[in-house]
Amino acid sequence: MTYMTQTLTEPRAGLAARLKLALAIFALLAVVPPLAHAMGEPFMIIIATRMMVFAIAALSLDLILGHGAMVSFGHAAYLGFGSYAVAILSRAGISDLVLQMVAAVLASALFALVTGAISLRTRGVYFIMITLAFGQMAYFFFVSFSALGGDDGVALAARSTVLGLPLLQGETGLFYVTLGLLIAAFAGLYLLTRSRFGRVLTGTRESALRMQAIGFRPLPYQLTAYVISAAICGVAGVLLANQAVYVSPAYMSWHRSGEMIVMLVLGGVGSLTGAMTGALVTVALEEGLARFSEHWRLGFGLILVLVALLSPGGLSGLLRKFNLLRDDK
Amino acid sequence: MRHMAVAAALMLSTATSALAAEPVKIGVLLTLSGPPAVLGEHARDGVLLAQKALAGKMGDRDIEVVVVDDEGKPDIAAQKARDLVEAQGADFVIGPIFSNIMNAIAAPVTSGGAILVSPNAGPSNFAGKDCNPDIFVASYQNDQMPRVLAQHMNDQGIKTAYVLAPNYQAGKDSLNGFKSLYKSEVAGELYVPLGQLDFSAELAQIAAAQPEAVYAFMPGGMGVNLVKQWDQAGLSSIPLMSAFTVDETTLPAEQDAALGKLTGSNWAPDLDVPGNAEFVAAYKEAYSRVPSLYAMGGYDAVMLIESAVKKAGTEDREALRAALKAADFSSLRGEFSFSSNNFPVQDFYLTKAVKDADGSYRTSVVEKVFTAAADGYVAECPMK
Amino acid sequence: MFNLFLLQLLNGAQFGILLFLVAAGLTLVFGIMDFINLAHGVLYMVGGYVMAMMMGTTGNFWLSLTLVLPVMLVLGLALEVLVFRRLYDRSHLDQVLATFGLILVLSELVKILWGSAPLSVPMPEALSGSIALAGPMRYPVYRIAVIGVGLAVALALWFVIARTRVGMLLRAGAANRAMVSALGTDINRLFMLVFAAGAMLAGFAGAIVSPILSVDPGMGDSILILTFVVIVIGGVGSVKGAFFAALLVGIVDTLGRMFGPILLKALMDPAAAAQAGRTIAPMLVYILMAAVLFWRPTGLFGRSVAR
Repeated sequence: MTYMTQTLTEPRAGLAARLKLALAIFALLAVVPPLAHAMGEPFMIIIATRMMVFAIAALSLDLILGHGAMVSFGHAAYLGFGSYAVAILSRAGISDLVLQMVAAVLASALFALVTGAISLRTRGVYFIMITLAFGQMAYFFFVSFSALGGDDGVALAARSTVLGLPLLQGETGLFYVTLGLLIAAFAGLYLLTRSRFGRVLTGTRESALRMQAIGFRPLPYQLTAYVISAAICGVAGVLLANQAVYVSPAYMSWHRSGEMIVMLVLGGVGSLTGAMTGALVTVALEEGLARFSEHWRLGFGLILVLVALLSPGGLSGLLRKFNLLRDDK
Repeated sequence: MRHMAVAAALMLSTATSALAAEPVKIGVLLTLSGPPAVLGEHARDGVLLAQKALAGKMGDRDIEVVVVDDEGKPDIAAQKARDLVEAQGADFVIGPIFSNIMNAIAAPVTSGGAILVSPNAGPSNFAGKDCNPDIFVASYQNDQMPRVLAQHMNDQGIKTAYVLAPNYQAGKDSLNGFKSLYKSEVAGELYVPLGQLDFSAELAQIAAAQPEAVYAFMPGGMGVNLVKQWDQAGLSSIPLMSAFTVDETTLPAEQDAALGKLTGSNWAPDLDVPGNAEFVAAYKEAYSRVPSLYAMGGYDAVMLIESAVKKAGTEDREALRAALKAADFSSLRGEFSFSSNNFPVQDFYLTKAVKDADGSYRTSVVEKVFTAAADGYVAECPMK
Repeated sequence: MFNLFLLQLLNGAQFGILLFLVAAGLTLVFGIMDFINLAHGVLYMVGGYVMAMMMGTTGNFWLSLTLVLPVMLVLGLALEVLVFRRLYDRSHLDQVLATFGLILVLSELVKILWGSAPLSVPMPEALSGSIALAGPMRYPVYRIAVIGVGLAVALALWFVIARTRVGMLLRAGAANRAMVSALGTDINRLFMLVFAAGAMLAGFAGAIVSPILSVDPGMGDSILILTFVVIVIGGVGSVKGAFFAALLVGIVDTLGRMFGPILLKALMDPAAAAQAGRTIAPMLVYILMAAVLFWRPTGLFGRSVAR
């Protein structure tokens, strides 16, 4: 059973076009704060920050789901680990962003290592459901965690500091830190998927048997990817906590995991640019449509159904259809 | 009384018409989607009805209401609260329904320069250590409703009570509130997973224990399931007393199964207070359903704001806070004032579910249990 | 105590059969057609709402229950023609995207049509009593009827799939669609019928539980994940597996919730045991699923070959 809709190897030129698209998106994002101030709509910065936080999460999910065909239905758990790393450390008096990120990465990676090793015994739908199971266990653990407000969550006293500086207190500061981390995550994952490691991972997606035949055991590669993905998502969780200045188990419910998959599929699975675009578009759509009507979900649902019906491969597929990602040669 | 005030304000407005153009902006942040949407709808309709009753004016200023849905998600709520306060310039935010959302929006609203008026949620931390001069809880403190039933059980001499709640923060708070006042033995305590559908196992446990009464906190759809399954399991001989389980939002689904069941509240549609009957009639007329305490909370929140804006305007923050704290409005609950922590001092009643001649269901006052009751956290609040 | 244990065992089995009623339709679509339909929970909800609406107009329980079937069948056919048939050949992820969109669309439509307040369906007079078991404990007649209906549905499904020509074609079609088509059977029409039957079963389940559970906009959501858990524990594609997994989930959930804290008290002090019991109770089904998949990566009755 393959989860891929696209051809096995991406054409080189299409790849270059996508990279250009990604760079264009970064450039556009970089001018959001001055533009928002000029337009007298500083609130746009807050929305754009949230869009980028979910873009990082979607990128992390694409590594395992898109390149490794491991559909994790419990990925929101790592958003939660990241957020709670902020809450727990700041309560203990450690408000430094870097230390919080290290803690978030370690906690996420450890949980992913243990649950990934168990989950990777299974394939396909069974993998989806066993990751859901672990995600739900983490969710219910934090719901029962009275010391941190349980289900009520916990409000943070202030945003994290960066090397002692209150860099994130303003929305613009948080925006650029998030943008920087988004670009770093994109670049890191881009290089990773181009590397030998990435090619082996993609190979296991296409045929685990074939990879075994040429001498690769898929499991270490899959597990490593799973752990890396979780760690990056943990970083997104740190940013989410800072953006909302509040931490709650609601960040890790299965609805969120499902929404992350939807973002990814909407953008186009297996392409980092697609994953990022999917997240940006989803959050922007939710924000935008909600302003029009109380019944915005009707419109949003219809859009999802139409994209699924008309365009295999999500929005990237749609762009390709209209020749916007055509061969450059 | 109000007409005179409006007339006076109108006269004033001709004098200061240059300033009069600026409307009073009220953001309404409630849960309007997902399973608990009906609670938010009641509160929203209460707000809109109050706006209508004031003819869209506070003094000489127009009321501008912006309703947004927090989707029941705390991070979305925090974001929308900022949108309301920072982008749309709301002077006041009325909301939320749920305590966890309150924790998420308190800081964005107050640090953004607006005043938060809660029509429903009243978590203990905001009554105690996190109390805030810009947060006014116009509803009740979460522990107070269960204490009504504990007092009633004490009065009735009920020696063994079984308690039941979902396993989350509000559930634990509710049972702790009950146990803090109930004097006799708690025969058993059951926490059910949040969102549980079927109560047959819990009901069997209760049937085996045969307590004299049961206290339950089971909001929304869970409450409907519990009440419907209660008599079916042959427990009709054991009185079920509950908080937030039998009210006008769940009664349309519980119907006859809930009749006679006791609950605690600070209000009921038939509470004998001037203006209340008119409110209930107008609400029924406008929205074709019986108002609940959530609707009353939304209505009273607007009336509280109106009383303060008329007196102090919105520019002078200290004067506005003082005017809100004076609570100089005629609440649908009758006597109403604020403690030093900006939580209400009010009466509480034992109520029960009844059916009206027109076939609709509502709660009805049985007796007053507490008079001018404040919450138990005032002492922890540093505000004086 | 022993009586109580037996009664809770019965309650667990009854909850399991309730889960199977909902899972039955999903087993057909997911297990046999290999189609991930997240909208199954919403169809279950629509069934509850249609039932409530029919009760409001006809006032007769049995007539309403009968009318729910054709309505859901038509809805299922419409959805199949408009959406699902275009997705059979596509990846699971495209199916997830489309059916997630359908959840949003149908939930919002239900909210627009019927409002967001929970609705009620009264219990039919004939089934509204309860019978005495041991001591003060009683058992509702309606729940016994639900158990009966669940068993009947299980039996009927098993019969159709294992013993009839349609069932044979289905099994063959699921394994190799092109081959069955080549043999002259219109597999697409067959799949259309299966899908409509799945929708009908989901709606039927929603209708039949409406007298004991509240009909509200969240009812599909809460049951969806549990039904997927049931199907995966049982093994995808196995009706038998789904049936036993549903019973297992129902019994483990009920007994674990009720007697888990008592067992824990033997190991730790009462306050800690109560706290641990409350924390673990909602995780029980997920722990069960993870454990089953750890020992049997394709579920209890699933095909052992990695798919």
